[in-house]
Amino acid sequence: MTAPLTAATSALEDLLAEFRAGKVGALARAISWVENRHPQSGALLDAVYPQVGRAWRTGVTGPPGAGKSTLVDGLARHWGAAGRSVGLVAVDPTSPFSGGALLGDRVRMDRALSQTGVYVRSMANRGSLGGLSLAAVAAADLLDAFGFQEVLLETVGVGQAEIDVAAAADTTVVVLTPASGDSVQAMKAGLMEVADLFVVNKADTPGAERLQTELEDMLGLRRAAAPRPEVLLCRALADQGVAEVAQAIERRRAADQASGRLEARRRARDLARVRRLVVEGLRAELWHEQEIQEAAARALAHGERPDEVARKLVRSILEGIQRNGGPA
Amino acid sequence: MSRPLRVLVGKPGLDGHDRGAKVVAASLRDRGMEVIYTGLHRTPQQIVDAAEQEDVDVIGLSILSGSHMELLPQVRALLAERGLDHVLLIAGGIIPEDEARELERRGYARVFGPGTATGDIADFIEHNARRTS
Ligand SMILES: Nc1nc2c(ncn2[C@@H]2O[C@H](COP(=O)(O)OP(=O)(O)OP(=O)(O)O)[C@@H](O)[C@H]2O)c(=O)[nH]1
Ligand SMILES: [Mg+2]
Repeated sequence: MTAPLTAATSALEDLLAEFRAGKVGALARAISWVENRHPQSGALLDAVYPQVGRAWRTGVTGPPGAGKSTLVDGLARHWGAAGRSVGLVAVDPTSPFSGGALLGDRVRMDRALSQTGVYVRSMANRGSLGGLSLAAVAAADLLDAFGFQEVLLETVGVGQAEIDVAAAADTTVVVLTPASGDSVQAMKAGLMEVADLFVVNKADTPGAERLQTELEDMLGLRRAAAPRPEVLLCRALADQGVAEVAQAIERRRAADQASGRLEARRRARDLARVRRLVVEGLRAELWHEQEIQEAAARALAHGERPDEVARKLVRSILEGIQRNGGPA
Repeated sequence: MSRPLRVLVGKPGLDGHDRGAKVVAASLRDRGMEVIYTGLHRTPQQIVDAAEQEDVDVIGLSILSGSHMELLPQVRALLAERGLDHVLLIAGGIIPEDEARELERRGYARVFGPGTATGDIADFIEHNARRTS
């Protein structure tokens, strides 16, 4: 690094030293840096990148209340009992009204948390476009680099950003319940496409087997390049079927690793990350909210059409870059 | 733009009522804070583990069981042991006035009595929490 040893770089060095020494507090602060877009968070992620890629990542998504946290708790205990270290990230929505959030997933991860060594981080999506994916995937990178062998990411399967996070894992589990609606609803929510594995949870309630059959029929119709997802019944609360879910995940990983699909997914994950960062970087450089708002409001007040206004704004931004001697 | 404050709301000890804690949690959320709710029956150790893992700025403990003079100082001591002294520590519940002041001498920034308006708790946090990361 050529930068002088400023307060900022020494804060980074301090954090990295503690992170590498395995201090949980340093991991927690590192995740906060990423979440808060600390000016040094990019340098932090660069520094740990060589240690990223050793963990298995499992994304768990599905409708609210489907039992995702309860299942994740069970998976964490299953892998913990097998001697594997486990780190979890659970994402909940930010209130669009206050900007605050109530993050309650820890309550359901009680049993896993009483095992030593399980790390849980609750994140709010902070309502940002694409920002969630950047922060949550980076948090998973940090857990990976910290040395956890199993990394689990829970998101609520409503909204593309949330689904993208779970889909950015090595293996994506979609949790549904008889009460969460039929397979058509799952398809509308965009959940069918991302699943490597379906779990029909709350199999102690009526309709579970019907939903399982329906999902299997639906998957049978699809002609996809990827292997066909298994559909498993589970009662996460009673710890029934959780070991089978873990084994199905492991089977799928092994198959994806052997076929080269895992490697491709990880490359796609890095590519998506670069793309998001570029878009975000351009936005930060070029998008001056107030100026654009004002120019747009003026043009619209003059009776110009919205699409025309947008074209003109794009042109004037590009002209601005050229005047300044082209893109940096 | 400043980031939201992160607040852990927890209930140490054995009492079985978390309505009050949930009301406080919801009111802090409505004031723009990210509230990590940890549920009932937490040990001081579990509370401090959660605070460390979640990198919170504030810990708010609700306790009705009468064991506050035993459990609350333990939380404070564990925080110090982990180097988490920067965390703003507050408590509320059924705690007699003199014991509340005693806890405030022993590291609690404020101990709120029963019937405190939830808005006052949010105000206190906004004025006293420090964002360290
Ligand atoms: N009957 C039944 N209830 C279950 C089962 N698994 C979980 N639950 C209950 O379903 C409720 C929601 O469980 P969570 O694990 O919090 O669900 P979640 O999908 O993480 O919820 P959000 O994160 O809020 O979207 C809780 O009351 C659980 O106890 C199950 O197998 N059967
Ligand atoms: Mg959950």
